[in-house]
Amino acid sequence: MAGGLRSKIIVMETIELKPATETKKEPTTTISGSEAVLNAMIAEGVQTIFGYPGGAIMPIYDALYDYSTRLNHILVRHEQGGIHAAQGFARSSGKTGVVFATSGPGATNLVTGLADAMIDSTPLVCITGQVFAHLLGTDAFQETDVINITTPVTKWNYQVTDATEIPTVLAKAFYIAKTGRPGPVLIDITKNAQIQQFEYNGYTPCTHIRSYRPKPVVRKKYIEEAAKLINEAERPFVIFGQGVILGKAEKEFKAFIEKAGIPSAWTILGLSALPSDHPLNTGMLGMHGNYGPNVLTNECDVLIAVGMRFDDRVTGRLDKYAKQAKVIHLDIDPSEIDKNVKTTVPVWGDCKETLPMLTALLEQKMYPQWLQRFKDCTQKEEEEVIREELNPSGDILTMGEVINTLNEITKGDAIIVTDVGQHQMVACRYAKFNKSKSNVTSGGLGTMGFALPAAIGAKFGAPERDVIAIIGDGGFQMTIQELGTIMQSNVNVKIIILNNRFLGMVRQWQQLFNERRYSFVDIQSPDFVAVAKGYRIEGKMVSERKDLKGALQEMLTHPGAYLLEIMVGKENNVFPMVPQGCGVSEIRLK
Amino acid sequence: MKQEYTVTVYTENQVGLLNRIAIIFSRRKINIESLNTSPSEIEGIHRFTIVINEIEDVVRKLVRQIEKQVDVLKAYFNTNDQIVWQELALYKVPTDEIAEKVKVERLLREHGARAVVIRKDYTIFETSGHREETDKLISVLEPFGLIEFVRSARVAIIKESAGFHLKLREFEQAEPSEEAVENEYLDQGKDVFVM
Repeated sequence: MAGGLRSKIIVMETIELKPATETKKEPTTTISGSEAVLNAMIAEGVQTIFGYPGGAIMPIYDALYDYSTRLNHILVRHEQGGIHAAQGFARSSGKTGVVFATSGPGATNLVTGLADAMIDSTPLVCITGQVFAHLLGTDAFQETDVINITTPVTKWNYQVTDATEIPTVLAKAFYIAKTGRPGPVLIDITKNAQIQQFEYNGYTPCTHIRSYRPKPVVRKKYIEEAAKLINEAERPFVIFGQGVILGKAEKEFKAFIEKAGIPSAWTILGLSALPSDHPLNTGMLGMHGNYGPNVLTNECDVLIAVGMRFDDRVTGRLDKYAKQAKVIHLDIDPSEIDKNVKTTVPVWGDCKETLPMLTALLEQKMYPQWLQRFKDCTQKEEEEVIREELNPSGDILTMGEVINTLNEITKGDAIIVTDVGQHQMVACRYAKFNKSKSNVTSGGLGTMGFALPAAIGAKFGAPERDVIAIIGDGGFQMTIQELGTIMQSNVNVKIIILNNRFLGMVRQWQQLFNERRYSFVDIQSPDFVAVAKGYRIEGKMVSERKDLKGALQEMLTHPGAYLLEIMVGKENNVFPMVPQGCGVSEIRLK
Repeated sequence: MKQEYTVTVYTENQVGLLNRIAIIFSRRKINIESLNTSPSEIEGIHRFTIVINEIEDVVRKLVRQIEKQVDVLKAYFNTNDQIVWQELALYKVPTDEIAEKVKVERLLREHGARAVVIRKDYTIFETSGHREETDKLISVLEPFGLIEFVRSARVAIIKESAGFHLKLREFEQAEPSEEAVENEYLDQGKDVFVM
């Protein structure tokens, strides 16, 4: 035993916090599979792990006991909370999130987060414990077929049954998660492999897998064709998504639209890639997006999509979507080309590379008349929707004015984490952002309960920044237990609950499309402030306009976590809205 | 228009990959008519042959989703006139019927069937060919007491293919050449799915 401990110490001394690019040949030592897992984490530069222990992952947790000065493990209250935290971490930091969970229920609790990360292209490496290899398939205690359960919701997954595989498999896992179009990877490690001692030759990061093309080669021909289309366009329109953020191409993107002078609009996950006050930023696309970007999608002559995937919430009815336009689609994932919208010119590749190549071929231009169309639309929306939402004539608070008041205080510097529903749409519509990676939300999967744990992770991913979670009264109750994580790890997150005493988005649909048959949407809530107090988190409830700004200021200046419950109008609706089954130009202002 | 497409997939030999590929079809509620996995011309590389009935647009999207999988090297799709394919069929018939009736012997010969096992009680014939051909022999043998019938999945060779050796060499390089780009068929319009 003493020998084992000594060899452990040797490994800890020889592996420094090195970037993942360097190959370090260790003098061969004998270590356990569990130690190999943790060495891989350190070699990959992982500092924060979100996890929850259990029987089948105990050897890794035992090893973690000795690594606790090098790796910061955050004990969550539920594995779903753990994986959403890792997602929040990845989104605010641009790094890979890491989750540990045990076999069986621990692993199945990850599934929602995996699906969420898969559809929103979030890089994650999840390590799950598994029963001993000889027990696989015997219905052993806490055994579940994790690999097959998670196959559709992972970019890659692999079961390790022998410790000698661990260094190479983890190197592959980190490489696959982060490169190309990012996504979640799950590695299931049987307990025997965690315990097994083996000859360890150090950790070599993965840089190439022969069957895996992280990004397609850029084709000059398409760049030229795209540039020609853009240069000849009279009413070009750029729509962009998270690809700009994932590709770390914010600068390149800005240079591109500024040179070409093209009005641009974002998908919900593209939000914050371009500062809110940029003169070419025309707003949000899609179902609850802005009026101009939706209507004018059907009037532009060249539509340039950058790092976005034409989700149905963005396009509305496809046969009524931008039929008049030539479409240029820049994407790193070739399977996205022509998936939903037929492309005229596919510019596949990493937009960090393709955007500058394209920009170089563009003429410096401006489209004052075309841009004026967007301004006119904004004016119309301002008059018919925004004014009343941000400066309501009634006494009851609206979600919009809360966000607007928050903007006045944060000046657009905070990270805003939202859950799913009306408050999410309102927050994304009205929150201001100066910096990229500031909007963290569950876009594709629409996972209620995402925001509270994601905010915890976002704070660890960007500790120097203010992190504000904006959550509805429904979603908050889905992962309310993570208040315990905030308490135990002293996570300085600010929580705003926009309480309308309804599952508001479903209620809005029931009002508009189901003749106000409010079926199971009148959700009751506990005294949220009292619940927070129970977790030793400061809190307050406000319902009057005169208290709003002061309360928000108090929340932001409070030294630790803070919960602010804000009572808002019960039956307010989010507009504009593209009703399901309608084209984007059929967007309704009321 | 829906028609038969043969999807050929070159993959690493990885546990779980069959499932990963199969769910790409089942998620979209597309029935797999036939599926064969086998070694390929290159050691260590597996070859899936999958037959589906679909429209070209859907098949193209499916192939892209397949090729996106980490352990998949390359996927192609072809219509029937672009491939040469065979299915193997086995027929078990009572031996006395065959032995006694000259007609049966002639029919078997006409269908290119070959006896694999001859026992006192039964005889097993095999034949290979397209579905209609192997099907026809069923109806021919039925009156003579066909006991059992089984048919394999389709195996297919792409007529224009030059094999995978060259491609693999490109794939093994860290920096792929332009030709090695996945989904290169994207810019070649219709008659691309030949190697």
